Amino acid sequence: MITYIEQLKKVWAVCKKDMRIYFLKAPVLIFGVLFPIFLFMAFGIGRKISAPELLPGLISMALFFTAAAVVPLIAPWETRTRTLERLVSSPVLISTIVLGDITASFIFGLIVAFIPVIVGIAIGVSIKAVYFFIPGIIVASFCFSSLGSLMSTPPADTPSNINMITTVVKFPLVFISGIFMPVKDLPLWGRVLSYISPLTYLTDLVRYCINGENYFYIWIDFIALLIFSLFFYILAVKLHQRNIPRRI
Amino acid sequence: MNSIEVKNLTKRFGNVTAVDSISFEVKKGEFFGFLGPNGAGKTTTIRMLTGIIGKDDGSINIMGFEMGRQTLAAKGLMGIIPEVSNAYNDLTGWNNMMFQGELYGLDRKKRHALSEGLLKDFELYGRKDQLVKFYSKGMKQRLIICMALLNQPEIMFLDEPTSGLDVQSTFLIREKITSINAAGTTIFLTTHNMEEANQLCERIAIINRGKIAAIDTPENLKLTIRELQSVLVAFDMNIEKDYLSVLPGVSSVRKAGDKFQLYTKDPGGLVFYLIDFAREKKLKILTIRTETPTLEDVFLSLIGEKED
Ligand SMILES: Nc1ncnc2c1ncn2[C@@H]1O[C@H](COP(=O)(O)OP(=O)(O)OP(=O)(O)O)[C@@H](O)[C@H]1O
Ligand SMILES: [Mg+2]
Repeated sequence: MITYIEQLKKVWAVCKKDMRIYFLKAPVLIFGVLFPIFLFMAFGIGRKISAPELLPGLISMALFFTAAAVVPLIAPWETRTRTLERLVSSPVLISTIVLGDITASFIFGLIVAFIPVIVGIAIGVSIKAVYFFIPGIIVASFCFSSLGSLMSTPPADTPSNINMITTVVKFPLVFISGIFMPVKDLPLWGRVLSYISPLTYLTDLVRYCINGENYFYIWIDFIALLIFSLFFYILAVKLHQRNIPRRI
Repeated sequence: MNSIEVKNLTKRFGNVTAVDSISFEVKKGEFFGFLGPNGAGKTTTIRMLTGIIGKDDGSINIMGFEMGRQTLAAKGLMGIIPEVSNAYNDLTGWNNMMFQGELYGLDRKKRHALSEGLLKDFELYGRKDQLVKFYSKGMKQRLIICMALLNQPEIMFLDEPTSGLDVQSTFLIREKITSINAAGTTIFLTTHNMEEANQLCERIAIINRGKIAAIDTPENLKLTIRELQSVLVAFDMNIEKDYLSVLPGVSSVRKAGDKFQLYTKDPGGLVFYLIDFAREKKLKILTIRTETPTLEDVFLSLIGEKED
């Protein structure tokens, strides 16, 4: 029992280290924060959509891109700089390292997601169901951070290789998750695809909180996000446990 | 009591057997050297001992903890200086120490007090708030040592800690390791530097191609290859090498400038024959001394045997 409490303290240590090193690098900020905003503007602006319709997609995308932007780069960076060897040689479990990385990304995701929220509130959009909104953002941030960690499990040592993987995963998800167009307006095949994207459920949840429109039941959104979180986290830990020794 | 007990330890990478069923023990408080050429399997062995990579076969026991089953407990007792320097370049020296302390579960007060002491001791305290990426190579290595000492380890693993450093840094580091050892910490040091092993280690294992070729004290290792003992002699006049090679017990003769080096298993006995020989030939002996082989001779002879 004591050892689990100790490992939790070490999760926090890893998280602080990640925030100091990785989350303040300029390319990270560009990919995580500015990129989704530009992408969104490119799709949103020409189409005369009102702010309350725009905002849910923007919030979930900001969260998704931030959470999945940084954490996939940590493992290849630390492989390259050999610091991974230091982590692995110290008395910490691999799951502790993974959870530390995810926690850093989780916190960063929450902070960044609130940028569009504040912008929204400033231009007069209100969040009606705050009691769903906050827990939803929290679960989703963990979920996307775990997905990010999962994407970094292939034992590559160059961040650009991992970047390719994340790009291949991230963009299709954006288009099938009801961000630019609500799920109900998608064709049948689009709707079926949208079910397998965790981003769908967050967007649906946030859309409900702002507009009162939802495609799924709210509890389904939560359950889906929780199941995705657990699945991504467990798989990420398993694959890191297998691959980290190969990285060294 | 033993600090390290290794039995039949094996590691394969594909079809390369990097470490091939090695067994050895290191006593508590001992300064133990692991000497071998490039690619011998030194780093692979150290990585298995420290739980960084898994083993394919055999067993490792560190301070009574079985690696694989009680790995975390064993890791907590170790200090590690890896082959490639691995401090966080984007953190300051101080923050590296703090992070290291947290990984080893030291509370804040202890982290601060010990770090301050160590950084002062290794002449880094004045630069503690600078990012490590601005440190020189020697400073980085000293920081790595401070980090490895922070958890007050019972046993230190050092993978070629002085390679690539200048004389001054090398000297400082050797001195520190020696005093850490004197204070009771067991040392496991890998090196391909014969002189380093000879100067520092109480016992040396010579490893080549994943196998241990010999384990003993440096002096005993030198004795094991008795054929490499020799007598060095110089006379006042030039003589034919052949006169010397027929003396009793001489296995070969090498001319070295104005001197002759006579290889023999019994240098003490040969000295008397040489004196008789000089008297008989009316030669004056300018120099005579027995020479024991250097560790380098031992090394080359052991490694050479294996290559055939
Ligand atoms: N991760 C790895 N994958 C494949 N082969 C490896 C790996 N690590 C080591 N080897 C191989 O195992 C053998 C032993 O390597 P090791 O690094 O242990 O040697 P070493 O004694 O430390 O050498 P050096 O003095 O150069 O540091 C070498 O043939 C090496 O190529
Ligand atoms: Mg090596």
